[in-house]
Amino acid sequence: MFDIVKEASGLVSHGVSACAGCGLELIIRNVLGVLGEDTTIVIPPGCSALFCGYGPNAGMRVSGLQGNLENTAAYAAGIKAGYAMQGNHHTTVLGFAGDGATVDIGIQSLSGVMERRDKVMYICYDNEAYMNTGIQGSSSSPVGAWTTTTPGGKPTRRKDLLRIAMAHDIPYCASASLANIPDLRKKVQKAKDTDGPSLLHIHCPCPTGWRYHPSKTIEVAKSAVQSGAWLLYEYCDGNITVNTKFKELKPIEVYFSLQGRFKGVNDEGMAEIQQQVKSQYEALLALAGLE
Amino acid sequence: MGHYKMLDGNYAAVEALKMAGVKVISAYPITPQSSISEKLAELVDEGELNAKYIRVESEHTAMSCAVGAQLTGVRAATATSSVGLALMHEVLNVAAGLRVPLVMPVVNRSLASPWSLWCDHQDTMAERDSGWIQLYCENVQDVFDSVIMAYRIAEHPDVLTPAMVCLDGFFLSHSMQKVLVPEQEEIDRFVGEYKAVNLRLDPKDPILINNLTSPDEITEMKYQQAAGFRNAKRVMGEVFQEFAELFGRKKSVVEGYRTDDADAVIVTLGSMSGTAKYVVNHMREKGYKVGAAKVVSFRPFPYEELRRVLENAAKVAVLDRTTGFGAQGAPLWLEVKSALDGCKLVKSYIGGLAGRDVSMWSIENALMDIMEERSAKPDTKWIDLQGDPMNLRQVLMNV
Repeated sequence: MFDIVKEASGLVSHGVSACAGCGLELIIRNVLGVLGEDTTIVIPPGCSALFCGYGPNAGMRVSGLQGNLENTAAYAAGIKAGYAMQGNHHTTVLGFAGDGATVDIGIQSLSGVMERRDKVMYICYDNEAYMNTGIQGSSSSPVGAWTTTTPGGKPTRRKDLLRIAMAHDIPYCASASLANIPDLRKKVQKAKDTDGPSLLHIHCPCPTGWRYHPSKTIEVAKSAVQSGAWLLYEYCDGNITVNTKFKELKPIEVYFSLQGRFKGVNDEGMAEIQQQVKSQYEALLALAGLE
Repeated sequence: MGHYKMLDGNYAAVEALKMAGVKVISAYPITPQSSISEKLAELVDEGELNAKYIRVESEHTAMSCAVGAQLTGVRAATATSSVGLALMHEVLNVAAGLRVPLVMPVVNRSLASPWSLWCDHQDTMAERDSGWIQLYCENVQDVFDSVIMAYRIAEHPDVLTPAMVCLDGFFLSHSMQKVLVPEQEEIDRFVGEYKAVNLRLDPKDPILINNLTSPDEITEMKYQQAAGFRNAKRVMGEVFQEFAELFGRKKSVVEGYRTDDADAVIVTLGSMSGTAKYVVNHMREKGYKVGAAKVVSFRPFPYEELRRVLENAAKVAVLDRTTGFGAQGAPLWLEVKSALDGCKLVKSYIGGLAGRDVSMWSIENALMDIMEERSAKPDTKWIDLQGDPMNLRQVLMNV
């Protein structure tokens, strides 16, 4: 039996009420493990708000604010400015939001931070739907995915957050995944050390919403990377580095078959999606000057 | 002490924000507030104001930045108008609930639709239950003084409630008047250094602010906010008194003008209050026993003080610069009506919407009308309607 008082470590408390197998919990433990105590976190009222705690009980041992759904980046910018005016230039101010609070309702305030080059670190953990409200589709839900608001499978492709960040030409942005935690931690450190806005887009498998067994989170994350459904790369001072390159991508069907949410995709749809994944990977290589 | 400056209402607000030593500014331009955003940017750019200026992309972000910044322990500033205030609505309630004592000039402008650039009070009236103190200004000196005093009121540990200082768009925001500006040392002594006394973001002493909170506690937290408003009335009295002693200008939560022996009194908010006093003098010369009452603090509403001011008046005309759709009367009327006992005749008047001038004629008409009113429960009267309001435009079909 785990003894919380004696064995608890890190900045995130044990026993937070995340779902079994939640990818987010692994992400936030690793992120705060790298960033340390000198961090102020802004979290919107989504899944990650669980880590703020409930009532008088805190879920993390860092300073932070639970904001609204659409203004994570805005609060972070204000906090950073307030610290700076008091001579504190060292504290990492981290916006930590899901895909809904980032690519949908929060895209405007995030764009503002990126354009003004506010020194804010921003992490979007992407579980590819509005999970906290019960699996509704977001603009980051992949094509074909079932959600409660795309009951016939999502008909359109996802918004590309990193390309949006790159269009703002911020100093550092990267994708990351639980498939490669050392790589994720290295990128958190780089983002923290960036002089200006930085953004990490972290793939966050969700057993509840993606319909797979809670023990399979890492397997699903790895399969996403191996199939090219989630590409690992970095954009640093204008240069793209592709972190995981493949001679050949594994079939998207393998990744899809691990989850219940793609059950409605037929053979024709699968072939089309396979083609999209392939051309996305090739486009990334071209962008990185590798092809 | 102090010196005179020619300032319009917006620049008077800027002067006060600057002298209060705001450290973070996040403002988004909107007519007729824009010159506040511009002037603050200029002062920071020229090094006259040691602050960080965040050129935000919306009013929602402006308010969010201000709340975030002030939670770190500095005074933060923003200002807005009209639909900009409406866009802030969500975060106004956060500021109030987190007890972040921001002070914000709001330049009153009509809310869309239809589009209007001009003054009425629909914008701030729509926020009257958002948990902010609301002070309304009569003239430009009032704008400066109210912003300065609002810091002392909002930041008082027994109050800890954000405050809006409402100034009428164009009538005050763009009207140049002679303003007596105290010396910086005097303002420093009066306003003092900012100290976050409740919630504070500090990595060395970490707390997580604004958690999901159970029904076991929220009622009590809201009761505490209500107590803040109750205390604000007492604190306002103290602050007004101290300000009067130091700077010689006296203010109170509600100001009566020739009300002692008046049979009929008109109650107003904001810049039209000056016109009301002028009309009262004019009508007195003609033998009418009339008076005027200006409500300075709409939130908290000074119901006891208003009762005293209107003690001797049998009839009370309440002139709202907003509509109060679907209610028995407009918002100021509702407050006045519920403050007074049932034996007075209190009638709701609506006028001055979307920049229509509240003229001497409007005010005199309202006072004449209430003096002639015989019904115990009169309907709301729109005092400055023109022509046939139900047949406003001729629509030409198939031309």
